[in-house]
Amino acid sequence: MLAFIVQRLLQAIVVMFVVALISFSLFRYVGDPVNNMLGQDSSTEQRELLRERLGLNDPVPVQFFHYVGNALQGDFGLSYRMGKPVDELIAKRLPATIELVAVSAVLALLFGVPMGVYTGLNRNSWLSRSLLTVSLVGISLPTFVIGILMILVFGVWLGWLPTFGRGGVVDLGVWQTSLLTLQGWSHILMPAITLALFQLTLIMRLVRAEMLEVLRTDYIKFARARGLRNQAINYGHALKNTLVPVITIMGLQIGSLLAFSIITETVFAWPGMGLLFLQGIQFVDIPVMSSYLVLMALFFVIINLTVDLLYYAVDPRLRSQHVGGAAH
Amino acid sequence: MADIKNRPLLEVRDLRIEFPTRRGTLVAVDGVSFDIAEGEVLGVVGESGAGKSLTGASIIGLLEPPGRIASGQVILNGRRIDNLPYEEMRHVRGHDIGMVFQDPLTSLNPLYSVGRQLIETIQTHSDLSDQAARKRAIELLGEVGIPSPKVRIDQYPHQFSGGMRQRVVIALALCVNPRLIIADEPTTALDVSIQAQIITLLKRLCSEHGAAVMLITHDMGVIAETANRVAVMYAGRLAEIGPVDEVIKRAKHPYTDGLMGSIPKLSGATERLVQIEGSMPRLTEIPNGCAFNPRCPKVFARCMDERPDLTHVGRSEVACWLYDQQMERTGSDG
Repeated sequence: MLAFIVQRLLQAIVVMFVVALISFSLFRYVGDPVNNMLGQDSSTEQRELLRERLGLNDPVPVQFFHYVGNALQGDFGLSYRMGKPVDELIAKRLPATIELVAVSAVLALLFGVPMGVYTGLNRNSWLSRSLLTVSLVGISLPTFVIGILMILVFGVWLGWLPTFGRGGVVDLGVWQTSLLTLQGWSHILMPAITLALFQLTLIMRLVRAEMLEVLRTDYIKFARARGLRNQAINYGHALKNTLVPVITIMGLQIGSLLAFSIITETVFAWPGMGLLFLQGIQFVDIPVMSSYLVLMALFFVIINLTVDLLYYAVDPRLRSQHVGGAAH
Repeated sequence: MADIKNRPLLEVRDLRIEFPTRRGTLVAVDGVSFDIAEGEVLGVVGESGAGKSLTGASIIGLLEPPGRIASGQVILNGRRIDNLPYEEMRHVRGHDIGMVFQDPLTSLNPLYSVGRQLIETIQTHSDLSDQAARKRAIELLGEVGIPSPKVRIDQYPHQFSGGMRQRVVIALALCVNPRLIIADEPTTALDVSIQAQIITLLKRLCSEHGAAVMLITHDMGVIAETANRVAVMYAGRLAEIGPVDEVIKRAKHPYTDGLMGSIPKLSGATERLVQIEGSMPRLTEIPNGCAFNPRCPKVFARCMDERPDLTHVGRSEVACWLYDQQMERTGSDG
């Protein structure tokens, strides 16, 4: 177990190193920061001075070393556009995105798994059929259309929910949360549902397909032949065996939700990372772009590690591979 | 009282299993009737697709849709069980009838420890406390010959070898002392060296627990060693049923005869094994008359358009016109 974690951590370090290399190279190959910072009509001395100050005249490996060293301390430099430290900007935006993603992931799991189990068990009921049909909409409609439709219906026509921003946030020191007030929840609801819809349908279909597969297996037949209760068979024996692929997909999905919830954030003017990143691209704000890249890679690495550990928790076959038992 | 005592444990009456398909209804099992007495071992043999497993599955109520019992009855201890509602049938399964499947590698849930699966089954059918159920589970594992059951109980199926897993499966099938065990090819997936062990174990445990066995297999050797009676199935019907020594030594149906001839013998000259020409017809192509007529070496006119029913011949029952004729002849002679 420990060896497994250490091995995964080493892999993670390699991944992060490569990502750092790539994001560092952004500085060197995407535009000239000095140009961006001082403007076209600056004198050569001014430029040279700034170059020296930014350390751009140092040998490349030294620059990279500084970059990694600073990044490890959470220092990603100054944003070209806003002139503020990038880590501050991110610290302000990150909670919004994480909360949005967390709420939508929980929604997707909370509804997707039971719906998948239901449609897997009752293949021919009208409810299963209509859920499957509706889920096609969830999968095929682009997020922005769903978001805009929801704004139209619940924001404009019915006037039930606010259509933009986070609303009342409560400051918890380093973390600003909108999950502690009713108003905050009313703000997060629509973007979270918009974001969750695709995941929900994906999970539902995945669980359904896996359930159909598992219900055909011998051990389910044998469980029935032993007279076990349906509930124990369906939600114990069967559902647990569908979890490994669900965990895999959910891990990947949460990763991409964090990185690419940009569209939803834009539609609902949600002050999250996506918006920061979009603006960063527009203004060739390289420190923002590169730190975003590093941060997302870090999230993916953490999520993958979690997924691997969850496999371990679910499947005993992985746990005891090193135990030389009497296999076959 | 005497009435109940004389009644067999299991009665299958005119069982007919159908599969509705787009191209019409397939009859997979047709008019099968047999009894199993308390504590008896009935061997059921036949080629793949003869309907052995379907018969077994329909007794325990686990026919997979679209397969269904179209007519006939299954009676356990005088109680009709083929039309029970799901919940009631669930209590019969495991409690009154246990089942052992072919492949021990896939019969156990890979994510649950062996103990959990045993305890779960025990507690489903009894009121034992967690501790008592665990104690019982350990006893059972010991009974089926798993060494150091106290350690093994917390292990997972993948930590057991194939033979050991089949022992666990048998423990699971027997854990609440059912009256009948349906063993569907319990040794086919195992190494030859282990098959004999498992069969011996199954036979010993069932007699200790007083359970009758319906042993479905291709293996005539297993039948000869284990069964009291044997039923031979062909294309969804019973060809012959009778005491095991009678059927093996004095096979009456030409199909049974062919089956017996195709068993290799260790002694004797190394001749070619007897083969039955051709193969069993598909369900869609079962001929008129006796289903065996295209392959039967003794076929005659009547076999082509009349289907024979089981009739008593000696100590067996046989579905073959050969014996009908003989009986007529002996009848007229006498």
